[in-house]
Amino acid sequence: MAHDAPFLDQFEMVSARLPGVGTAWLDQLRSDALSRYETLGIPTPRTEAWKYTNLRRLARAGFVAAEAGDATDALAIPEGVTELDGAYVAVFVNGRYSASLSSLDNLPRNAEVGSLAAKIAEDPASLESQLGRLGDYSSLPMASLNTALMADGLYFRLADGVALDRPLHVVSIGQADEEPLSFHPRHLISLGDGSTATIVESHVGSGAYFSNGVSEIAVGQGAVLNHYKLQNEGPEAFHLSTNMVRLDDRAIYDGFVLQTGARLARNEIKAHLGERVECRLNGAYLGSNEQHIDNTTFIDHAAPNSSSREVYKGVLDQSARGVFQGKILVRKDSQKTDGHQLNKTLLLSPGTEIDTKPELEIYADDVKCSHGATTGELEEESLFYLRTRGIDRETARGMLVAAFIGEALDEIQTEAPRVAFQAIVNGWLDRRDQG
Amino acid sequence: MSLLEIRDLHATVDGKEILKGVDLVMEPGQVHAIMGPNGSGKSTLSYVLSGRDGYEVTSGEVLFDGKDLLSLDADERARSGLFLAFQYPVEIPGVATTTFLKTAINAVRVHRGESALDAMQFLKFVREKAKDLNVNDDMLRRPLNVGFSGGEKKRNEVLQMAVLEPKLAVLDETDSGLDIDALKIVADGVNRLRAADRGMLVITHYQRLLDYIVPDRVHILAGGKIVQSGDKTLALELEEKGYASFVGAEAA
Repeated sequence: MAHDAPFLDQFEMVSARLPGVGTAWLDQLRSDALSRYETLGIPTPRTEAWKYTNLRRLARAGFVAAEAGDATDALAIPEGVTELDGAYVAVFVNGRYSASLSSLDNLPRNAEVGSLAAKIAEDPASLESQLGRLGDYSSLPMASLNTALMADGLYFRLADGVALDRPLHVVSIGQADEEPLSFHPRHLISLGDGSTATIVESHVGSGAYFSNGVSEIAVGQGAVLNHYKLQNEGPEAFHLSTNMVRLDDRAIYDGFVLQTGARLARNEIKAHLGERVECRLNGAYLGSNEQHIDNTTFIDHAAPNSSSREVYKGVLDQSARGVFQGKILVRKDSQKTDGHQLNKTLLLSPGTEIDTKPELEIYADDVKCSHGATTGELEEESLFYLRTRGIDRETARGMLVAAFIGEALDEIQTEAPRVAFQAIVNGWLDRRDQG
Repeated sequence: MSLLEIRDLHATVDGKEILKGVDLVMEPGQVHAIMGPNGSGKSTLSYVLSGRDGYEVTSGEVLFDGKDLLSLDADERARSGLFLAFQYPVEIPGVATTTFLKTAINAVRVHRGESALDAMQFLKFVREKAKDLNVNDDMLRRPLNVGFSGGEKKRNEVLQMAVLEPKLAVLDETDSGLDIDALKIVADGVNRLRAADRGMLVITHYQRLLDYIVPDRVHILAGGKIVQSGDKTLALELEEKGYASFVGAEAA
């Protein structure tokens, strides 16, 4: 069947200026990825994985590739990011590292944090074993497109045993004026055995832009990564993000994704678990107007004795639409797996919709796994109870919505990001009340 | 002026008439008990008075402090001084009991023209009232009613009544699910709140509660109407003879 593969023309236009051109393995990686994308085409609802998220509008928006220098007027970090004091800050504008907005001084020894493009320029050989090696991209058209077109992103590497003393705040700013711009940020995150870090991502911006990110996240044996992401893109933005997570034996990953921005957004996480791993993939989504917010996760219990926990809670208002697809695979030898998944959505108005698809695929016999999904309106009984205490209807509704989403935020194991995300949620609820 | 006047009150739930002409007058400072068998309309009466959606008044009127109660929304009724102690207090995960109490207290206070309490004033005020009811700080910190025992839930209801200082409290089967020790604590709490300017309408199936909260008047509700009223001895008589004789008299 003939299919649509927009953005191919971008490759011809920008390929000569992409970092690392002329490095044989990287050229090969890019051209392989490009042909994968060309073969697969942009996903359509005919593909099972994209049944509920339609990219037709994205394909037709006429995005052109953001080039270095398109956004030099980014002089400050805009509002809407996570409020974090005392963090290292790495800022990317339209996918490109901004040294002037970043502050990465006094990093611990054996911690490398900076621009991937710079790393490619300095020492491309060191990346050959890291870039595009975390998992199988062959069935992922948008991640393949990213591999073909990636120009920059975060390069983060902790040697064995290094503890990052402060959180790293990765701020991604999208900026488009007349022309709709697209960029394909590539983050490479690697924690050596026994190392620890907290990384907070904030995605914000203005104008019509398309961020098509890929993060490759490798967490070594016994390492701990707290990884929290705020997707608070501008109202005209498209945000697609593929996160490949590999957790080695005894690693701990505490992940949380708060999605409240963008016109259309999909955050996809593919986690591969070693033995005795603790993997927490939690999230919350707040949608209004015509927003479409998709959370798709795949947890691969590839070894025994690991646990995964997944709680996603969302609130949808006006004509917003949500998607949750959560697959848990327990392989034959992954005995004593403990996997739990829960998706709850609160629909505040009749125009909203949630498509939720839990999927457990279990081949081991000695496991504890569960999943659950609920969708509904606020409990009439709870509202009545609050109102009989003198609390007016709108305040009571606000309290119940805040309580509902607050339970998801409680899953965040690190206090400062939890408090900061709560503030983002409170802001959304306040605007809703006033609107 | 009477505190509460219910005149020929008819109400339906899901199109079915449950209250079929209730009349009742209460003066300030009085405690009235409404007793009745299951299905007599006791809970419906409490929900109609407190303004729950889905309980439709088809005729009759209710004056509260001389004003038309039925034209007010549930939260307006509460701010005007009506309190319903629930038979089954609702569990609300994610809302801390203190947050809930502070929001409620300040909504009622602002309505009465008083200043809202700040965090310090609020804590002092609530702790004082909570002490008498064996409600400790741990309970106050927990999400509202979540994981509370039956006795804790009812003590929490009485605490809410104590801090909201209503003119009229409707106690819907407050005794249900309580053992005798829990019942005493709750009844003591209620008795401490008896006041010359406050009325209480105690709805119960059993006479037992009225040993502890002694009423001025007792009404028997059956088939959606008050079929007999009397003083506290009526409750004892009912206990002895059973509902059948009263309900039977009405049916005949």
